[in-house]
Amino acid sequence: MNDAIQNPLTLAARRSVLAYMATAAVVLLLMMVFGLLMRMTEGQLLPIGPDRFYQIMTVHGAGMVGITALGSAAIMWYFLSQYVKLSTGIFLANLALFLIGVVMILAGVFLGGFAGAWTFLFPLPAMSMGLWGKGAAALFLGGLLLIGTGFLLFYLDAARAILARYGNFANALGWPQLFGRVEGYGPPPTVVASTMVIIVDTLGIVAGASILTMSLINLYVPSFRIDPLLAKNLIYFFGHVFINAVIYKAVIAVYEILPRYTNRPWKANRVFLAAWTVSTVLVIIIYPHHLLMDYAMPQWMLLMGQIISYLNGLPVLVVTAYGALMIVYRSGIRWDMASGLLFLSMFGWTGGVVPAIVDGTIVINQVMHNTLWVPGHFHFYLLLGVVSMFFGFMYYLLKSGQAADTGLDRASLWLYLLGALGFVFSFLYSGKESVPRRYAVHLPEWVPYDRIASVFVALVVAAVLVFVARFLLSLPRLGAARHA
Amino acid sequence: MYQQLAWQVTLILVSALALVFVFVALRARQHADYEPIQHRGYRIRTRFFWALVLLGTPTLLYSMTDLPYAAMRDRGAAAQVVEVVGHQWYWTLSGNTVRAGQPVEFRITSADVNHGFAVYDPDMRIVAQTQAMPEYVNKVRYTFTRPGTYKIMCLEYCGVAHQNMMAEIQVQES
Ligand SMILES: [Cu+2]
Repeated sequence: MNDAIQNPLTLAARRSVLAYMATAAVVLLLMMVFGLLMRMTEGQLLPIGPDRFYQIMTVHGAGMVGITALGSAAIMWYFLSQYVKLSTGIFLANLALFLIGVVMILAGVFLGGFAGAWTFLFPLPAMSMGLWGKGAAALFLGGLLLIGTGFLLFYLDAARAILARYGNFANALGWPQLFGRVEGYGPPPTVVASTMVIIVDTLGIVAGASILTMSLINLYVPSFRIDPLLAKNLIYFFGHVFINAVIYKAVIAVYEILPRYTNRPWKANRVFLAAWTVSTVLVIIIYPHHLLMDYAMPQWMLLMGQIISYLNGLPVLVVTAYGALMIVYRSGIRWDMASGLLFLSMFGWTGGVVPAIVDGTIVINQVMHNTLWVPGHFHFYLLLGVVSMFFGFMYYLLKSGQAADTGLDRASLWLYLLGALGFVFSFLYSGKESVPRRYAVHLPEWVPYDRIASVFVALVVAAVLVFVARFLLSLPRLGAARHA
Repeated sequence: MYQQLAWQVTLILVSALALVFVFVALRARQHADYEPIQHRGYRIRTRFFWALVLLGTPTLLYSMTDLPYAAMRDRGAAAQVVEVVGHQWYWTLSGNTVRAGQPVEFRITSADVNHGFAVYDPDMRIVAQTQAMPEYVNKVRYTFTRPGTYKIMCLEYCGVAHQNMMAEIQVQES
């Protein structure tokens, strides 16, 4: 099958991608500032009370998941539209639903006082002890539901487009090549990755939508009870799949951009196809590792949670990270912001896998669960991994607008790396010291860690401010008609 | 101590990964043909894959020999029993003195929302935990070896005074 680029982006499509990226950049920066506020509060550097702290925490959690999902959707859409015909209207509808959802969430939290965390574990939304009302909880849950609906539309359109070109998902995942019925390479990595994401995230969103709907009904009809353990299973299944799909969408930037820098193609050979098929299955069944401290769960599910956590590291390390290293090794690559950030992102992803697998070990989880070790590991691969992919893509767009990197850009990249590493390791170290996550007030002996972390977070925020400013200032030029 | 182990393993493996990335980055600007690199790279990858499998499998199996779930299944075992209920935002315990050297079985549930039950030793290190859930009883068994004052803290976010949920247990000489 000829996979050559068929559909150069129209002006409207290009501008839509820019609108996504601009939204994501601004909200991402704002959420980082919220993160800084939380660390400084724990470090007793700011007089923010627990009620406000937990509101900020709720927005930071839901906001980061949502905004990285939006940014990575733009990456997937931008590259996938080279191979299949996607609808710009649906793409924009997702953005619109997202923005309405964000307004609802912000209103529920900051006007209504909702502070039930992104996890909204049943029955907390309905049992605030008078801190927030039904309306506030309903705005938050409804906002999430709306955002999920937008992403579902986005995936349905992508599924339609892929099916139109490849016939079925098995072809799009490269199964004919994987199982040896057809010689040669599978579809482009972007198509394979997108297909995987469509499959798993549709399931994730359906699970999320069902528990959100049940929680909403429970708010107004308290006699409609939900099994709390079932609720947890649905929430963590949804949460795990949704945030993992963020990484699997964003990594498309690495698959597409690094080969252009090195003139070395990234082909979907059989090992690549096998890795993505395996990941498709693993991502769906791995979520019980969030429930290792729920002793009431069937024990085989918990054991499976650990085993799959160990297995899940293999495709990332052996295929994607290894492939990126091979493509870069002695390639004569020119390092700039885009290539540098994308290369860094592969370290961020694999580096974060290490403390993740450690925490997925049941005996270690028993002393690390819900300590700061947990945000330590996921900030590792979200901040150094996904956010690097995101800004790598952004600088790639800038470059296509013929903007050269400045010394300030490069300095910010190093600052970003330093800040992110320092921040992540202060989280991990605090976890080792048994500091709980999600505490508005820390014991005096924990405060020094929070202050050190705050300094590193401030460095990250400063660096990201430069990235975001650069992009926003270039928007008029990037969106100009003659550029397309 | 598992915390120490987790930290050290993480430091070592992340540093090893960082070295590999630095090594590749430093050689990236030189230019060589891709074909031989791929050829050699795939061979190394196969070895890398099997090394991971050969190291990972025994680690995985060995780590599963010390699971904390036993108390959920076997009843008969002699233990001091402490019934624990989480509330917004306090704990109730059926008793708060236990003896060291003899297993203690905590039976934990919640009267309202999800809480997390974590036992902190006198040095403020977590030694055991499980979730405190409405409608479910989670049982965790722990044998204290050192007398002293231990703390119970909530490790599942449960609302605005979540961080205030603390209780104490006195562990006496056996
Ligand atoms: Cu709590």
